[in-house]
Amino acid sequence: MTLPSAPTTYDPALERLEIELLLEAVYRHYGFDFRGYAYASLRRRAWKRIQAERLETVSDLQAAVLHDPEVLDRLLDDLSVNVTAMFRDPNFFLAFREKVVPLLRTYPFFRIWHAGCSTGEEVYSMAILLEEEGLYDRARIYATDMNERVLRQARAGIFPLERMQEYTDNYIRAGGRRSFSEYYTAGYDGALFDPALLRNVVFAQHNLVTDRSFSEFNAILCRNVLIYFDKSLQTRVHRLFYDSLAKFGVLALGGKETLRFSAFEECFEQLAPAEKVYRKVR
Amino acid sequence: MGASWGGLHAVSTILAALPRDFDTPVAIVQHRAKESDGLLVGLLQSVTTLHVRDVEDKEPILPGHVYVAPPDYHLLVDDDHFSLSMDAAVRYSRPSIDVALASAADSGGAAAIGVLLTGANDDGARGLRHIVDKGGRAIVQDPATAEVRTMPEAGLRALDGAPRDRWSVAPLPEIAARIAALATTPDSQRARARWEAR
Ligand SMILES: C[S@@+](CC[C@H](N)C(=O)[O-])C[C@H]1O[C@@H](n2cnc3c(N)ncnc32)[C@H](O)[C@@H]1O
Repeated sequence: MTLPSAPTTYDPALERLEIELLLEAVYRHYGFDFRGYAYASLRRRAWKRIQAERLETVSDLQAAVLHDPEVLDRLLDDLSVNVTAMFRDPNFFLAFREKVVPLLRTYPFFRIWHAGCSTGEEVYSMAILLEEEGLYDRARIYATDMNERVLRQARAGIFPLERMQEYTDNYIRAGGRRSFSEYYTAGYDGALFDPALLRNVVFAQHNLVTDRSFSEFNAILCRNVLIYFDKSLQTRVHRLFYDSLAKFGVLALGGKETLRFSAFEECFEQLAPAEKVYRKVR
Repeated sequence: MGASWGGLHAVSTILAALPRDFDTPVAIVQHRAKESDGLLVGLLQSVTTLHVRDVEDKEPILPGHVYVAPPDYHLLVDDDHFSLSMDAAVRYSRPSIDVALASAADSGGAAAIGVLLTGANDDGARGLRHIVDKGGRAIVQDPATAEVRTMPEAGLRALDGAPRDRWSVAPLPEIAARIAALATTPDSQRARARWEAR
């Protein structure tokens, strides 16, 4: 097995040019815009695809993608890393319960946006949390991702049985109040989550790079998505979130993501610094 | 610099012995549990006057700093800053030493110096070879001085056949001096200037 990396004889400047051309081709022909993604991980994933397709150069991949939409689909799957989990980072959900829920309680009705929700584990986690806090019926949750395939999985609400132990542990550490198994039915294909948890959820395709805001939100969660973007694209998306948040609205990023290197740092205060929960203050 | 089982001792020994004015940025990938955030940084900071930092996404790479890969994310070098990624574990590891070393090689070329320390698996071996193939340098902890010799041994196997002047084996107490010497060779300084100029 080789590393997903350019062969050592590859000239880095040529590689960069070819990757730029590949992204340009994907954008111009299919409308998916990866041009502002962080280069190091893009490069890694491009090479992973090149090796899996048994090709030799980035330009080979460009030709394959342009002439064969199935190669594009596989590349899109590589580029949209869908790793997620229920109650991922239990401390984050605990902080949300303790610091954000009291704010949400003050609204008769509120909107939450999960941007880059992947297969929906986070959305179900939030629905459960709000249900336990007696707030779910005041909520409307918009869960979006650029990838249609993961959204279909999210709507189905079936998650691997073998992860239920991990999710139960997370749920407990996140301050869960009931028995986690109340929320799903175990079957052959996996754990089916209670469809009633989706009664106030809207799943929709939305691309953070090319699409605009579609409402005003009281909380936006965008965790572990922006790490794939380069600095200038991050700034653009920070602005999109800023513009989409109501005054005093909450922005939650992934555990190792930060507004620290961003132009928008000044517009937010930290509600839970270690958990990367921010609040729009100006 | 990659380490697994026994790494805390090895990494602290090296950091403690690096010169006070060591100005090549250092990144450490230590396999550890998801929950162990923060602890390692504190421990390492207690042995060195260099600034030890837990990496956050898009963290700038600065001289005089030691960067620690956070648990559960891959660490990648993106020219003048780090990027994190949640890509699948590589050989059961996230962070993966292979991923970090390979990206240091892809970004830094001949300026990269890879160090592979004690551990009970073979993560890092291929990344180390990639560094050497890209013109960088490699140092492998002498397995006899490693708490667990599997990882440095895998590194040595991967380096088999690589140009002999680009890699070396060193017992733990000598690794810091070896790194400092490599970082200040004219070749290495030139490569670093090229890397920084990008
Ligand atoms: C690693 S997952 C994060 C899932 C979840 N938020 C979590 O933290 O567990 C990243 C998700 O971001 C999505 N994504 C990547 N680029 C995007 C874009 N430009 N617009 C919308 N979603 C995007 C991917 O499809 C993927 O599902």
